Amino acid sequence: MPNMQLNKVPMPEACPTVRNRNFEEVAKGYTAEDAVLEAQRCLNCKNKPCVSGCPVNVRIPEFIARVAAGEFEEAYSIIRSTNALPAVCGRVCPQENQCEGKCIRGVKGESVGIGRLERFCADYHMQHAAETAAAEPAEGAVRVAVIGSGPAGLSCAGELARRGYRVTIFEAFHTAGGVLVYGIPEFRLPKAIVKAEIEGLKKQGVEVELDTVVGRAVTVDELFAEGYSAIFIGSGAGLPGFLGIPGENSCGVYSANEYLTRVNLMKAYRPEYDTPIIRSKKVAVVGGGNVAMDAARCAMRLGAEEVSIVYRRSEAEMPARREEVHHAKEEGIIFRMLTNPAAITADENGFVKSMTCDVMALGAPDASGRCRPEPTGEQITLDVDTVIVAVGTSPNPLLRMTTPGLDTDRRGCITTPDGVTTSREGVFAGGDAVTGAATVILAMGAGREAADKIDAYCHEKGYVKA
Amino acid sequence: MFKIVKKYPLNDTTDFLSVYAPRIAAKAQPGQFIIFRVDETGERIPLTIAGYDREAGTVSIIFQKVGKSTMQLGALNEGDEILDFVGPLGTPSHLDGYSRVAVIGGGLGCAIAYPQAKYLHENGAKVDIIAGFRSKDIIILEDEMKACSETLTILTDDGSNGNKGLVTDGLKAKIEEGVKYDLVIAIGPPMMMKFVCLLTKQYGIKTIVSMNPIMIDGTGMCGGCRVSVGGKIKFACVDGPDFDGHEVDFDEMIRRNRMYMDQERHARDEHCNMMKMADKAN
Repeated sequence: MPNMQLNKVPMPEACPTVRNRNFEEVAKGYTAEDAVLEAQRCLNCKNKPCVSGCPVNVRIPEFIARVAAGEFEEAYSIIRSTNALPAVCGRVCPQENQCEGKCIRGVKGESVGIGRLERFCADYHMQHAAETAAAEPAEGAVRVAVIGSGPAGLSCAGELARRGYRVTIFEAFHTAGGVLVYGIPEFRLPKAIVKAEIEGLKKQGVEVELDTVVGRAVTVDELFAEGYSAIFIGSGAGLPGFLGIPGENSCGVYSANEYLTRVNLMKAYRPEYDTPIIRSKKVAVVGGGNVAMDAARCAMRLGAEEVSIVYRRSEAEMPARREEVHHAKEEGIIFRMLTNPAAITADENGFVKSMTCDVMALGAPDASGRCRPEPTGEQITLDVDTVIVAVGTSPNPLLRMTTPGLDTDRRGCITTPDGVTTSREGVFAGGDAVTGAATVILAMGAGREAADKIDAYCHEKGYVKA
Repeated sequence: MFKIVKKYPLNDTTDFLSVYAPRIAAKAQPGQFIIFRVDETGERIPLTIAGYDREAGTVSIIFQKVGKSTMQLGALNEGDEILDFVGPLGTPSHLDGYSRVAVIGGGLGCAIAYPQAKYLHENGAKVDIIAGFRSKDIIILEDEMKACSETLTILTDDGSNGNKGLVTDGLKAKIEEGVKYDLVIAIGPPMMMKFVCLLTKQYGIKTIVSMNPIMIDGTGMCGGCRVSVGGKIKFACVDGPDFDGHEVDFDEMIRRNRMYMDQERHARDEHCNMMKMADKAN
């Protein structure tokens, strides 16, 4: 008999007024008892709408049935068969728009906590699994280069390694993980988890070459010459957008990329690190996505007195995950909706003093289907010393510029008619480099899909001897 | 990890250091830079490449020990390893097609100006080098600069080498002598570059400057290194570091480079105190 409770088994969370001053993980995760109880809420529907909502088609009812039976390792194996990074996805996927959004239980009451259960299984596995022996690719295995160690690259590398390829990941930064380490903060995705996932890939025989900027130190064509049979580009969308308003180059105006990188990758919040960051009192974060929420919550944790989200539409149009908005509000972040920055004013030393904004009203829906914000003519001035711009990113042009014949669209995204195959033979791409800024799970789905296509390509070309 | 294969001092505060980094050595060109990080808790510091040996796979840098990270780097010896060394970053300098060039170096800027002068000289351009230093005892690369120029003018702020003056004085003298430059390259402190550009603008001589702003990744991802060039935002790490000096907003760049001055000073002082205490304990 399923558990017919209308609400999810609650997940313990750190107290908002304590956690908004530290970087420990906010959501504490289920206990085994919680997980079994929540798993029993699944009705095991025949047509499995949740699976169709998942970009990597995790066999959700199957793994949940194993959780309900207390067979957690088995549950983990089922998830892992289609998802290379379950501990990450359980924490950062926008489940409300994916699996959980399709859950029948959500029609009346809350959907099954699929993300929470996925996280539980992954964490359980990390705590309990025996050390797996390191695997080496076979002598003469076909070599594939993966550019970028973010979600797309990791998932592609993992899938290829599983199929016996010798994979090398090239990472420009000094730490592997891409947006998982520089973008998403510790309190939402502990870096130890990302590290453990990457160590797992290394055990599968995947090599990681850090500090290597493909496009500068080595080009795509040179990688082919080095003996790689195929190349996957998962270089993400790392180029920050700015507002284009007066005063934007004042000291104290950051792109969210820079701010988050200083905090997350370069650990500016830990005294033993040399990374400088402005110690802000009043911060405005411009934007309404997950990145804006992350930046705002980081600024609060670094000791700011007042942090506000400045967004030109209303809360209903905000693209951030619902849980992030909820957590940000709990932590005391102010939400200034229908507010659009017009100019930043600096003091005599060039440091931000205030930001003037247009007060907006919602008009008719635009191309995105969301109501278009229009200025009302009224302005307000926010007294701030730091402005963090989180209005989106686009793909870095470096690979486009240094890879002849690699087609991109006018936004700079790599063109892939079938989703992952580029205009260059043997070159595949996926994730934000193709779609523009999107989600971790979509990038992972593309990485896996590309691995499929790379495998087929290597067989077709006869690189892999049947 | 990247091994230090050669290291020696150029003066009391400036070191030459050569690192085994074959991928970078294979690709480096004049005007490009690297980013180093000494250890896990260190900062990422950009430094322009001073030279490279493609066969030996080594890349050399010249740096001044002015902050904590450069002091830590300066404390390492041949055979020691640096945790991270990334490059070559930035767009190479466009140095072809010029016949008469004045290369201006200010202090440590000479370390960057020198490979450019060398490249120009080797490719048939006539080069005058005008180098400025605070005083005689910190002059670097004198023989090297002499070897790749028609004339080398060294000026000092305090006149201790017998030739007191600013690089702008030296350049102005050359121009007034009637030398027709088709290019001026100015590399040094932002204030020096600003005044060189003000001078060359009067004479209508194209001037290239090399920017060294605060940055993290060096690949266009943080936007911290943005400079206003001709009223537009440019990222020094990918669009530069070379820019048309007559278009650069130097005052904004100078302000932005002071953003973390207090924190940097604090880190350096703390580091110095710790080293002093360690010395005492020994």
